Amino acid sequence: MSSKDENSDWQAIASQDVLIARANMLAKIRQFFSNKNILEVDTPSLSKGTITDIYLDALSTRSKHLNKGQTPLYLQTSPEFAMKRLLASGMGSIYQICRAFRDDETGRYHNPEFLMLEWYRVNFNHLQLMAEMDELLVMVLDTEPADIITYQALFLEILGVDPLEDSNECFQKLVTEKANGPTLTDRDELLHCLFAVLIEPQLGKKRPLMVCDFPASQSSLARLSKQDPRVSERFEVYYKGIELANGFHELKDADEQRKRFEQDNAQRLKLNKTQRPLDERLLAALQSGIPDCAGVALGLDRLLMLKLNKKSIQEVMPFPIDRA
Amino acid sequence: MAKYSTNEFRSGLKLLIDNEPCSIIENEFVKPGKGQAFSRVKIRNLITNRVVERTYKSGESVEAADVMEVTLQYLYNDGEMWHFMDVDTFEQLAADERAVNDNAKWLSEQDICSITLWNGTAIAVTPPNHVVLEVTETDPGLRGDTSGGGNKPATLSTGAVVNVPLFINIGDRLKVDTRSGDYVSRSKE
Repeated sequence: MSSKDENSDWQAIASQDVLIARANMLAKIRQFFSNKNILEVDTPSLSKGTITDIYLDALSTRSKHLNKGQTPLYLQTSPEFAMKRLLASGMGSIYQICRAFRDDETGRYHNPEFLMLEWYRVNFNHLQLMAEMDELLVMVLDTEPADIITYQALFLEILGVDPLEDSNECFQKLVTEKANGPTLTDRDELLHCLFAVLIEPQLGKKRPLMVCDFPASQSSLARLSKQDPRVSERFEVYYKGIELANGFHELKDADEQRKRFEQDNAQRLKLNKTQRPLDERLLAALQSGIPDCAGVALGLDRLLMLKLNKKSIQEVMPFPIDRA
Repeated sequence: MAKYSTNEFRSGLKLLIDNEPCSIIENEFVKPGKGQAFSRVKIRNLITNRVVERTYKSGESVEAADVMEVTLQYLYNDGEMWHFMDVDTFEQLAADERAVNDNAKWLSEQDICSITLWNGTAIAVTPPNHVVLEVTETDPGLRGDTSGGGNKPATLSTGAVVNVPLFINIGDRLKVDTRSGDYVSRSKE
């Protein structure tokens, strides 16, 4: 009715207690890294190059400073590429707390703009980084140490199928019968559907669970395992049925990375999605060489939501997207 | 026919699924970190009232169901169909047994009901939340017992049977909650 009613959503959803908890959590995390002598960095949110991920869409904008506004600038979906350029420049272990932007749909656990903690440890493999992640989670969430399971063992335990060996038909049968889901042709989409609908809600009920050794086809920026080339040295962290973090023993091979980006773009073309400009500066940095390292990104809104037993990340944000 | 994409899904949206009208109860967006997103939807079949969960790939479209709610006055039952009327236009509409279902036992003439229409045909009839009906049969009332210490079955004028306190008598008019089928109070209406 009156303009006052229309604009009543100027107010924050989060209470002062929530914002105090948010600030305290950030202070604790900064202390955690400072105690380990890990350098805090901040890299640009805008970049000429972006991710090629098939299922992640970057937001873009334009600036008159780049090609007179003719070329898009992408908002980061994570600070990964810029941080790897710092690693290649010899900065050592680094961390960053920053905004990440993803043009996905919104939901209880998704907001197009969110707060991310990302860190890289030089001379760590993914297992060592998982142990450090556990330290952080125990500190912030006051929980028991995490359990660890492989992607393959998880599927076998919960669904009785082998994600590395069984056929697409076998996965489709489960998608149809147990998830009441659509017909999918892509092997990874079948696995994503089974994971998101039937597995994820059951993970980490009592304490966090780290899932490692993702299929090679979902390796993203992780290196493949030397012992078992069917899997990659990638892990994810789940707590109370919610995904919190994704980490890699980082791929160092620039040629292999370029190949994966190009495969993604080819796949995007097939799916009628726009192809993405590769981040040539990242590829050049990899070419010049980055140290052996492992890196991980953690969603801080979800972490706070779990810490405070809230039902959605919107409840722990000052202003979610519909109030932005 | 109109279609809805998964990003338009919200509770209350009416979809045509397996050729039957359904209503979304709950929609959850699920997405493995770097994977394909899906919509996990809880839906009620508006004909059978059964609730099922389904999974759609994000971006998928589902046909809309032409479903609307109208408010009509109940007129009479001719033995086969239940007849209703729009009190403004006097237009009449008949609902069959499948649409009226168990709710037949709450309908008394002139009640204002909510009718769910699918492609113009009545598929569900919802009586008012509270109706007042007369007791036609029950054991004799215990005088003075208003403590609500026990109860007994009572048959109402429409045939419905409800549990009532012991002090209720034949001829009493009772207010009943049609959603739960529970006795609420005696009515002076």
